[in-house]
Amino acid sequence: MMSIPCPWCGPRDEIEFHYGGQAGVAYPQDPHTLTDEDWAQFLFFRDNPRGAFGERWLHAAGCRRWFSLRRDTVTNRILDRHDTRTVGQ
Amino acid sequence: MAEIRGESPLAPRAKLLAEASVPDVLELGEIPFLTQVALRLDPEGAEAARVGAALGAPLPLAPGTSVVAGDLLVLWMGPDEWLVMGEQGRAPEVVSALTRSLEGEHGAVVDVSGQRTTLEVAGPRAEEFLNKGCPLDLHPFSFGPGRCAQTLLARTEVALLRRHGTTPVFWVLVRSSFARHLAGWAADAAAEYGARDTLA
Amino acid sequence: MNNGYRLRARGRIDRDRPLHFTFDGREYQGYEGDTLASALLANGVHQVATSIKHGRPRGIMAAGAEEPNALVQIDEPFPEPMQTATTVRLTDRLAASGLPGRGRLAAEKDPARYDTMHAHCDVLVVGAGPAGLAAALTAARSGARVIVAETDTEFGGALLGTGEQLDGAPAHAWARQAVAELDEHPEVRKLTGTTVFGHYEDNYLVAVEHRGEDAFTRQRVWRIRAREVVHATGAHERPLIFAGNDRPGILLAGAARTYLHRYGVVPGERAVVFTTNDSAYAAAVDLHDAGVEIATVVDARGSVPPHWESLCAERGITLMPGTAVVTSSGPGRVSQVRVAQWWQEEERPGAEHTRIDCDTLLVSGGWNPAVHLHSQARGALRFSEDLGAFVPDQNPRSVRSAGAAAGVLTTSACLSSGSEAGRKAARACGLETETAELPRAASPPVRPGRTVWLVPSPTDSTGDTQYVDLARDATVADIRRALGAGMESVEHIKRYTTLGTAHDQGKTSGTLASGVITELLGRSTGEIGTTTFRAPYTPVAFAALAGRERGDLYDPVRVTSVHDWHVDQGAPFENVGQWKRPWYYPHGGEDMEAAVLRECRAVREGVGLQDVSTLGKIDVQGPDAAEFLDLVYTNKMSTLKVGRIRYGLMCTADGMVFDDGTVARTGEHRYLVTTTSGGAAGVLQWLEDWLQTEWSHLRVHLTSVTDHWATIALAGPRSREVLSRVAPDMELEQEDFPFMAWRDGTVAGHGARVFRISFSGELAYEISVPWWYGREVWEALVAAGAPLGITPYGTETMHVLRAEKGLPIVGQDTDGTVTPYDLGMGWAVSKKKEDFLGKRSFSRADTARTDRKQLVGLLPADPDLVLAEGAQLVEEAELPEPPVPMLGHVTSSYRSAVLERGFALAMVDAGRDRIGDTVHATYGGRLVAATITDHVFYDKEGARRDG
Repeated sequence: MMSIPCPWCGPRDEIEFHYGGQAGVAYPQDPHTLTDEDWAQFLFFRDNPRGAFGERWLHAAGCRRWFSLRRDTVTNRILDRHDTRTVGQ
Repeated sequence: MAEIRGESPLAPRAKLLAEASVPDVLELGEIPFLTQVALRLDPEGAEAARVGAALGAPLPLAPGTSVVAGDLLVLWMGPDEWLVMGEQGRAPEVVSALTRSLEGEHGAVVDVSGQRTTLEVAGPRAEEFLNKGCPLDLHPFSFGPGRCAQTLLARTEVALLRRHGTTPVFWVLVRSSFARHLAGWAADAAAEYGARDTLA
Repeated sequence: MNNGYRLRARGRIDRDRPLHFTFDGREYQGYEGDTLASALLANGVHQVATSIKHGRPRGIMAAGAEEPNALVQIDEPFPEPMQTATTVRLTDRLAASGLPGRGRLAAEKDPARYDTMHAHCDVLVVGAGPAGLAAALTAARSGARVIVAETDTEFGGALLGTGEQLDGAPAHAWARQAVAELDEHPEVRKLTGTTVFGHYEDNYLVAVEHRGEDAFTRQRVWRIRAREVVHATGAHERPLIFAGNDRPGILLAGAARTYLHRYGVVPGERAVVFTTNDSAYAAAVDLHDAGVEIATVVDARGSVPPHWESLCAERGITLMPGTAVVTSSGPGRVSQVRVAQWWQEEERPGAEHTRIDCDTLLVSGGWNPAVHLHSQARGALRFSEDLGAFVPDQNPRSVRSAGAAAGVLTTSACLSSGSEAGRKAARACGLETETAELPRAASPPVRPGRTVWLVPSPTDSTGDTQYVDLARDATVADIRRALGAGMESVEHIKRYTTLGTAHDQGKTSGTLASGVITELLGRSTGEIGTTTFRAPYTPVAFAALAGRERGDLYDPVRVTSVHDWHVDQGAPFENVGQWKRPWYYPHGGEDMEAAVLRECRAVREGVGLQDVSTLGKIDVQGPDAAEFLDLVYTNKMSTLKVGRIRYGLMCTADGMVFDDGTVARTGEHRYLVTTTSGGAAGVLQWLEDWLQTEWSHLRVHLTSVTDHWATIALAGPRSREVLSRVAPDMELEQEDFPFMAWRDGTVAGHGARVFRISFSGELAYEISVPWWYGREVWEALVAAGAPLGITPYGTETMHVLRAEKGLPIVGQDTDGTVTPYDLGMGWAVSKKKEDFLGKRSFSRADTARTDRKQLVGLLPADPDLVLAEGAQLVEEAELPEPPVPMLGHVTSSYRSAVLERGFALAMVDAGRDRIGDTVHATYGGRLVAATITDHVFYDKEGARRDG
């Protein structure tokens, strides 16, 4: 049971959160100018690193804010946290 | 103020909660029909100050805090979200007062009085009782009077509020559709404090 | 011989409270404070069971959770399998029997209660021996919130079981004082009988508290979040491997000392002590003083430490340095051992041996720090050559090990190491304190031990009776076989031999196994390492893990405000997400099919009503609400006029249908969006995600109002008539209140919002009132409609009616791989909008394929037949040889009252091109023919919706 630092509510148990996958995958400015390959990259391809990974979380049972953080996928240690609204940029 | 004559979510469980209560140890009961108005606005905008002035107390900006504003209570629910609570039947008046204070600025005021009901949990064992189903640290050091939080209780989403007073009193705001589940859990969890075990 | 091995005056048992128990059908007596193991030993019972694979007699070896052998089945008071006699608290009328490795689950229901408690603290101290008590005291004096958890029934650990002195008084007296002081601190919680069995991320620890057989709650699982943790978990004594090292009567030396001091029990009359280190001498001396004849002390080291040499000399105990026990013999229990010369530099013991008669053999191969929790918390280990054991190396964040768990050997050092850990933990919480003033222990100097992994045998050269893991009957021979098969990793060898996989998870055997591998491979032990330590540290009952989350409390159940009415009508319920929805309302002896046909007919011909409160409802407000909804729905919502409603489809970015519902424009900048019952939470999360992270410039607020409103669908050609009776002030005629419009009004005396929408194709309304009026308005509609035969209908009828109209249900007819075009709902996809979620994907090669599965209707050739939902569709009437091409599958299938036949919806490859074709569906064991049709079966022109 990880303790996840919600930027607003502080540390809460993992069960209060909903996982949102890799952070920093922005919705393309104009999807219709992308090739099928580039669009598929956006839709289906994500990193899966061993170690630090930037990812998104929603404090679903709390303040309902999305935020992102970096987690070490080996130790589950949370390395740092980003502000809510920079996700996906 | 208009009296609500309908059936509150926990009215059919009033007897169960009363029977599960142990005087001076742990007392459970529904406070039905409380006015609840969801308020969304930019906390840094002028409208926040106007709303605070209209309520008679500034909106609580620190996460997990609440303020008493006259006979209303304002709970922090998110960085741009509050729940304004009051006696039953005041929703129309509160909605229009808040809407007026927005003065057309972007915000949202929604009557959600039926969305949740209030389970009051009172008594010296209240904290321990809640911790049977709630992972939050409810010690007065970290969750003192006036503190509120949205969290899970018995795997149900709730808003918790510790009331001011000499003995521990918590309000558990629970979605109407989940209220019976929570009452069933509460009666079961309270069984150890002296009332008969409700699950044979 | 009742309690023949019980001393008159020693131990912490209550001799005034005798307890009667049976073991393997024989009656015995013990005392309050005994474990089953101590009571058995007091009665001279060593053999508890036979071993799992080899059927060899096995006895009690340890005095705690590390016991590999003494497995018992509890028969009374309640059947419980696989308990270790060393951890079962003796109770009156306990009945138990020995288990050869496998237990029996109870057939009856467990009447006991198990529950859960969440707790938080600054400092969690695991273990209340000398180190744990010192840590707890020091932390408590700083004002920290402290939890101390101890497996034993009382605090003190080794201080209770060694007979040591502190400040010139018995050590247990100091333990009592320490406990009394802890009681003075209001922020200290003491948990006895509590085993911390898991240490997870961010100092989340899980413990099970045994509250006693008479307690209201038999066991409680504690879920503790601690800022700092001190592991004062002690150490496990390591047995020694020699031929026949598994007989009853062979005990760990420290365990024998515990039985003596804690329970006033001696294990036998004549004992041989076999050791590689100093600690077993204390057992020899203490047992001698208690009247046990010590035949000799066999020490694998070349010389005996002077301190112990003189104590033994005073008592006339003979010492045999530079020797080893090479084999044991006896009919069952040990009756003789053979001792041979074995100097440290010699590879194997000499061939000559001395036979020594004894009924007890006490062994000590050194001590393994109990590093399980430290390792679970990802703390590193290193092999200490000095101790011949794995010890904590780097501590994980906010975790410390203290005392024997950290490889500290003497009581003095344990006390100071505990106190230091307590001080550091408090300081890490921002609390300052002095280290506690500590009592003085007369700890003799400790001389290095000899690390012995294996005593080579003169008789058993393969190692078939040299047991490494007694619980699994895994021997040195098994390890040899694993190495012979090419394995070198300790993890592989564990899985090959099953070493360390029993109830005790290798507490006594794990390090030994690494050592034996080391020796056989000629590597270093540090290089071989250990297997991974995983939770639980000791076995935990599933009942305890489940706690109260069983039966009615297994999962939250959601009900509507009209629920009790449905119950009173005898409706069975269907689970939709966590909701309970009435499925159908049987009349008299009606079965489901008859009830549903009747309900369907009522809606098509008269009027019915359904509780649809479960639909998700989201209030959408803000100047950019229209723009936002245009982005998340496939169709255009910005052009919707206030007062009007539009059906909407939501797709994920990959173009697949995600949810559907209606969108009502309730103001210039305000909409009310409905979602599917099961999808409400997911849709709100999804919308918030886009608003907060991608389109944060849009000024929109979302508020869930699902539970605020009770919503009732009133459907059928006579619905207007019914509504007019309870809403006399509302203008309900077609011109005033057209299809896909909404109006506010008064219904049954309460303010209501009424939508004119239909999921059945009939004239219909959806009436929403605040939750608390739901039941009242429902009953008013039932009363007003009674003269017209109003019929409540459930989810099944709703499904049939919508399927007759070819309306798909997201999640039933779709599965996350279906586009709006696949559903034939291209009409709901805007061609004008520049972009919306999913749009780009419609031109992907795969999404644009014309042979994708498409929603079609199916009419079975036999009109009485109702196809099975999920049935596969194939071309041929007879199955050809596999592989058989699958054309698609049935997604919905019902009997229709209005069509007077069975019909179905299906997803079929290029289905719309196949209309008129015959396909075959699996049905029971055969194939049945069905014709592909358009997916709309009834009222294609939509003539019925206006009544």
